[in-house]
Amino acid sequence: MTAVSMKVNNKTVSGEVEGRTLLVDFIRTNLGLTGTHVGCDTSQCGACVVHIDGKAVKSCTTLAVACEGAEVTTIEGIAKNGKLHPMQQAFHEEHGLQCGYCTPGMIMSSIDIVKRNGKKVSEEVIRRELSGNICRCTGYHNIVAAVQSAAAKM
Amino acid sequence: MSDTGIGARVLRKEDNRFITGKGQYTDDINLKDQTFAYFVRSPHAHATIKSVNTAKAKKMPGVVDIFTCKEVEQDKIGGLICGWMIHSKDGSPMKAGPHPILASGKVRFVGDQVAVVIAETRAQAKSAAEAVVVSYGVLPHNVDAADAMKTKAQVHDAAPDNRVYNWSIGDQAATDAAFKSAAHVTKMDLINNRLIPNAMETRAAIGSYDTGSDHYTLYTTSQNPHVARLVISAFHGLAPEHKLRVIAPDVGGGFGSKIFIYGEEVVCVWASKRIGGRPVKWTADRSEAFLSDAHGRDHVTHAELAMDRAGKITALRVNTTAAMGAYLSTFSAAVPTYLYATLLSGQYNIPNIYAEVDAVYTNTAPVDAYRGAGRPEATYVIERIVETAARELKMDPAEFRRMNFITVFPHQTPVIFQYDAGDYGAALDKALEMSDYKNFASRKAESARHGKLRGVGFSAYIEACGIAPSAAVGSLGAGVGLWESAEVRVNAVGSVEVLTGSHSHGQGHETTFAQLVSDRLGVDINSVAIVHGDTDKVQMGMGTYGSRSGAVGMTAISKALDKIEAKARKIAAAVMEASVDDIDFKDGTFTVKGTDKKMAFGEVALASYTGHKINSSEIELGLKETSFHDPSNFVFPAGVHICEVEVDEDTGLTKIASYTAVDDFGTIINPMIVEGQVQGGVAQGIGQALIEGCHYDKESGQLLTGSYNDYNMPRAGNMPHIENFKLGFTFTKCPSNPLGMKGCGEAGAIAAPPAVINAITDALGIRDIAMPATPLTVWNAMQPMKRAAE
Amino acid sequence: MENFNYHRPVTVGAAASMMKKSKDGSYMSGGHTLLPTMKHGLAAPTDIIDLTAIKGFSGITVSKTSVTIKAGTTHMEVATSSAIKKVIPALWEMAGKIGGVHVRNKGTIGGSVANNDPAADYPSACMGLGATIITDKRKIPADAFFIGMYETALKPGEIITAISFPIPKKSSHQKFPNPASRYALTGVFMSQDKAGKVRVAVTGAGPMVFRVPDMEAALSKSFSAGSLSGISVKAKGLNTDMHATAEYRAHLISVLAKRAVEAAK
Repeated sequence: MTAVSMKVNNKTVSGEVEGRTLLVDFIRTNLGLTGTHVGCDTSQCGACVVHIDGKAVKSCTTLAVACEGAEVTTIEGIAKNGKLHPMQQAFHEEHGLQCGYCTPGMIMSSIDIVKRNGKKVSEEVIRRELSGNICRCTGYHNIVAAVQSAAAKM
Repeated sequence: MSDTGIGARVLRKEDNRFITGKGQYTDDINLKDQTFAYFVRSPHAHATIKSVNTAKAKKMPGVVDIFTCKEVEQDKIGGLICGWMIHSKDGSPMKAGPHPILASGKVRFVGDQVAVVIAETRAQAKSAAEAVVVSYGVLPHNVDAADAMKTKAQVHDAAPDNRVYNWSIGDQAATDAAFKSAAHVTKMDLINNRLIPNAMETRAAIGSYDTGSDHYTLYTTSQNPHVARLVISAFHGLAPEHKLRVIAPDVGGGFGSKIFIYGEEVVCVWASKRIGGRPVKWTADRSEAFLSDAHGRDHVTHAELAMDRAGKITALRVNTTAAMGAYLSTFSAAVPTYLYATLLSGQYNIPNIYAEVDAVYTNTAPVDAYRGAGRPEATYVIERIVETAARELKMDPAEFRRMNFITVFPHQTPVIFQYDAGDYGAALDKALEMSDYKNFASRKAESARHGKLRGVGFSAYIEACGIAPSAAVGSLGAGVGLWESAEVRVNAVGSVEVLTGSHSHGQGHETTFAQLVSDRLGVDINSVAIVHGDTDKVQMGMGTYGSRSGAVGMTAISKALDKIEAKARKIAAAVMEASVDDIDFKDGTFTVKGTDKKMAFGEVALASYTGHKINSSEIELGLKETSFHDPSNFVFPAGVHICEVEVDEDTGLTKIASYTAVDDFGTIINPMIVEGQVQGGVAQGIGQALIEGCHYDKESGQLLTGSYNDYNMPRAGNMPHIENFKLGFTFTKCPSNPLGMKGCGEAGAIAAPPAVINAITDALGIRDIAMPATPLTVWNAMQPMKRAAE
Repeated sequence: MENFNYHRPVTVGAAASMMKKSKDGSYMSGGHTLLPTMKHGLAAPTDIIDLTAIKGFSGITVSKTSVTIKAGTTHMEVATSSAIKKVIPALWEMAGKIGGVHVRNKGTIGGSVANNDPAADYPSACMGLGATIITDKRKIPADAFFIGMYETALKPGEIITAISFPIPKKSSHQKFPNPASRYALTGVFMSQDKAGKVRVAVTGAGPMVFRVPDMEAALSKSFSAGSLSGISVKAKGLNTDMHATAEYRAHLISVLAKRAVEAAK
C-alpha cells in the first residue's frame, strides 16, 4: 500500500492505495463520491470523466497513486455555493439526461469542450468531441443542445 | 392547461440528483461488512462440466467461500423460469430445458456462470475466480438461428432439434388461397440482427440476509422489483414474499434488459445466508454485461406479400426462426409470438395473414425483450416488404402505403389485434410536409454533385403497448397479470405521495406522474412525491417495459385520484355542511354551489385527518386510496418516419442526412420528455440499422463483439444534426383509457431500422442490404453495380 | 488487474535502472493502452514505471528543418500547437483525430510509437514523414524502427525520449476510423519533401504500418491524384476482420491516398 494525497474538489484528501487502485475507485470507495461512474472496462464510455489539473480525463484509466499532488474535480465539485454550474443547469433545462448514469461524465467532458473551444463552439465540434462519451438514452440530441446553451453562458 | 399540468413542458424533478452526482445506483450503495462476488464463467460455447476444483482458490487471500451448483442443489434453490408458456401449433407445450442459477452438468454459452467466488474485496474475488479449475468436455456448438434445427449441437435434451416451439397464427388456408389468386407477389429474406442492449449502468446486486429476523433484502438493477420478488420467492423458493424486500434504486437505463430475473442476482441474495448473513455485492464488468445480459432480436425471416392488380395488399405470409439463445429468459417465449406476429398487419388492411415461428436454442446468451421486443422485428418485415413491393409495382412508396392504410376504426386484423383508433394518412401527410418530400429529387441531385448517393426511406409503423387485459394474456400463456397498481396518499398538510408499481429508470416518472396529480388535484407539483422501486413501500406492481407506464401505470394513478377526489368531496361537504352534490372542485378548491363557502384541497386533507368536523361513523377518516388498473385493450401508437441518407460512393460510409418522425401517441403529458424518448429510440434504431450488431464466431462460439472496441455504440456523431432531426405529432385519442394515452418509449427503435434501410437501398438502387449497413457492407453491396457499370 | 509495484522516476536514467531491477516491468505514459490490457488480464507486469513525472520529458521545438516532439508530449499538446500547424499541418491534424479528447489529454507520442499498434496513427506519421526516433541510447530512422505487429527496434529497457520529424513541403493525413474503437480502420499519411520525394505510409490495414513504394514513385514523379490511377495495394496480406475485409482495406488505401493528395498542404 502506498500513501497518496491529492486535492479533490478543493479539499485535501489522502489515503492508502495499492499500485493498481484506479482513481475512480479511490474517488468512489475511499472518498464516497459516487457521482463518478464506471460504465465500461475498455476506457471508452466516459461515465468516469473527471478533471485533473483542469483537463478532462477518464478516471478509470488513471492510477490513483499517479495523482499525488494533483487537483481533481468531480461532478460533486462544480456547483459553487449551492448554485449549479451553467453546464448542469443547461443539461436540466434542455432535458439532456434520462437515466442519469452517463450524465456526470457527459457534464465534465462538456465543460472541458467549452473551455477549449469557446462560447461559439459548433455543433460539429461538440459531436466530434463527445465521441469519448456514450449515452444510451438520449440519442445525444438534447445533450448537444445543452452544451451549446451552456457555452453561451459560461 | 396549467404550467405544471398535463401537456406542459415541465423540467424534470429528478434531474437535480443526477446532475450533481447524488443519484443512488445499486453500485453506489455499500452495506456494512459487505463481501464481493465474482463469477467463474464458461470459456466454451457448449461443454460438459466434468469437475470443478475450488480447493486452491478457497485458500487465496480474502476468499470467504466459493459455491457451485452443488450448494444450490443442496439448498433446493429453483432454476430461472420463462414466465410465458407458448404452445406449438400441434398443441404441445414449448420444450424448455432447465436453467439453473449456477450451471449444472453442462455449460451452454460463452459466459454461462459456473461458480461464484465470495471474497473480502472485488479484486480478491476476481483473482480467486481465475484460480478455480473447471474441467470441461467440449461439445459441438451452434450460434446461428438459421442452423439450429439442423446442427449436431443439441443444447437441451428437452428440445429435440433445438426447437422450443413451432407456433403459428392466422388462417393458413385462406392466406394460401389469396396468394394463388394474387396479381403480384413480393418475396424477401430478411435478417433482424442480434443486438446487445448496453444500458450504461451494468447489472448489479447486493443481497443481504438478516439472521436476526430471517429476512432478506436485495438491491438490484431491476425494471420491475415486484416481479423479481415474486419469482425469487415463488420459483427459486428462497423466502416467502413477506421475508424478502427487493429494492431497485436509481437504475441506469434498462431497455428491456433489466426486466428479467438473472442468476447472478439470485445468487447474491442466496449466498448472503450461506456465508452467515454478510451482504454479498456484485457489479458486472462491461465485459460480463456483453456476455451475460439478455440480447435482443436475432430473427431469420422469409416473407411474402400478395397484391391484386390495383396494388391492394391481399395477403401476407411469414416464416420466422427466432433465436432464444441457450436458455429461455423471463419473457423470451412471448417476444417472437404475441409481441411479434400480432403486429404483422402493420398499418395496412391485409385480409389474410399467416405466420409461423420456430423458436430455437442456440449456444449464445439468452435473447429476450429489447426496446420494442418483437414489434421492431414485425415492423422491419412489413415495412421492408411494403417498400420493396411499391418499387416493384413502380408506385410511389408513400402512395402505395396510403392506398393500403386502414382507415376505419376499430379495425380487426387477422392476427388477434383490434386497432382502436388512428389516422395514418394524417401522419403520412405531416411527415411528407415536414421532410419536404416533394423536393427530394433536387436534394438527390445536389448530393450527387458531391459524390454522394442520396436515398429516402419510409417507415409507417404501428406498435402495441400496455399488454392487456390480464385475463386475455393469461389465456395466451402469460404467467402474470399485466395490470398496474397505484396508491395515492394525501398527507395531512395536503402534500401527496403516489406509490406506483411502474419503475422509472430514465423515463421521468417523477415528473410526469406528478404532473397528473398536480393537474387533477390542483396541488403544487413540488408537493407531490412519486415513490417506486421498493417492495416494502409499494405493495405490488408489474414494472416498466413495453411502453406501459403511461397507459397502464398512469391510468392506475388516475383511477386512484378519482377515488381521492370523490372522498375529498364528501369530506368537504361534511365540513362545509353542504350536500355532496353541491360541491364543485376546480383548481384545487372545493366550493359550495351558490355560496361563497370554499375549502382548499389542503384544508380538506387536514380535516380528513383531524376528524373534528366529520361524522366518522359515516365517513372513514384519512385520505388514501388504491387502484389496480387492468386495461381493456392494448394501446396502438403509430406514426410515419422518413429518413434520408447520403452514401459516400468511395467508402460506403452512410450518414443520416435527415430524419423526420411524426408520431401519434394520443395524449401527451410532457412533450419534452416524449420528444426525448423518440430521440433516444430513433438513435437505437439508427444504431441497429447502421452500426450495431452482435457477432459470435461460428467456429469457436466466442463473442466477437464483447467490448466497445468492437460493438459499435451510437455516438453523438452518428446522429443527424439538430436542424435535420424533426419531430412532429398527430393526435387521435386512445379510447381504452381515460387519459387517452398511448405509449412512446419504443416508437423510435421500432420505426427507424426499416426507414434507414429503405433509404439506403433507395440510394444504391438495390433490393436489400443486411443490417447493420456498415461501410463494409455497403461497399460490398456496391461492387456488383460498379462491375456492371465498368 | 493484478497488483504491481509503482515507480515514478524523475529522470530517464532512474527509469531505465528501475526497469533493469524489475522482474517483469513495463513503462507507462498515458496508460490508455496498457491499463485496459491489464484490466483484461492480458498483461500483468510486476512493476509499472510511470514516465510522466520525468523532468523535461515533454515539449515541442521547431527548427528551420525539423519538428522535435519529446516523448512525453500528449496528443492534445500536439493537436493544439500552432507551431506544428504552421509547418506540418497534417501532423497537427492527425494528433487531433487520435481517440477522443480524454485519450488525447493523456496519451503521448512516445507511448504510441513504442507500442506500435497496427492501427495507431503516429507510426504512420513517423513513416510518412521519415521521422527519427530518438532514445536514451541512439537515433533510429522510422523505416528501421517499426519491425512487426506491436514490435519495434527498441531493446529491453530502452526509452524513447523524442521523435524528430523533418519539415516537408506538403503533408496530408486521411483516416477512416473504425467506427467502434476509433482506431484507424485504414489511415494514410503522406508527405512530399522539399526535393519532391513523396512518402506514403499506411496504418490499420496490415499487421503493421507500411509504405507503398508504387504510389511514392508515381507521386514523386507527378504529385497529383491522377498519378495514382491504376496503382493499388494488393489485398493479400492485409487484415480481415468483422469491420473490414482485406479487399475493402485495399480499396480504402486507394481512396484515402487520392484524398490525401488532393488535401495536401
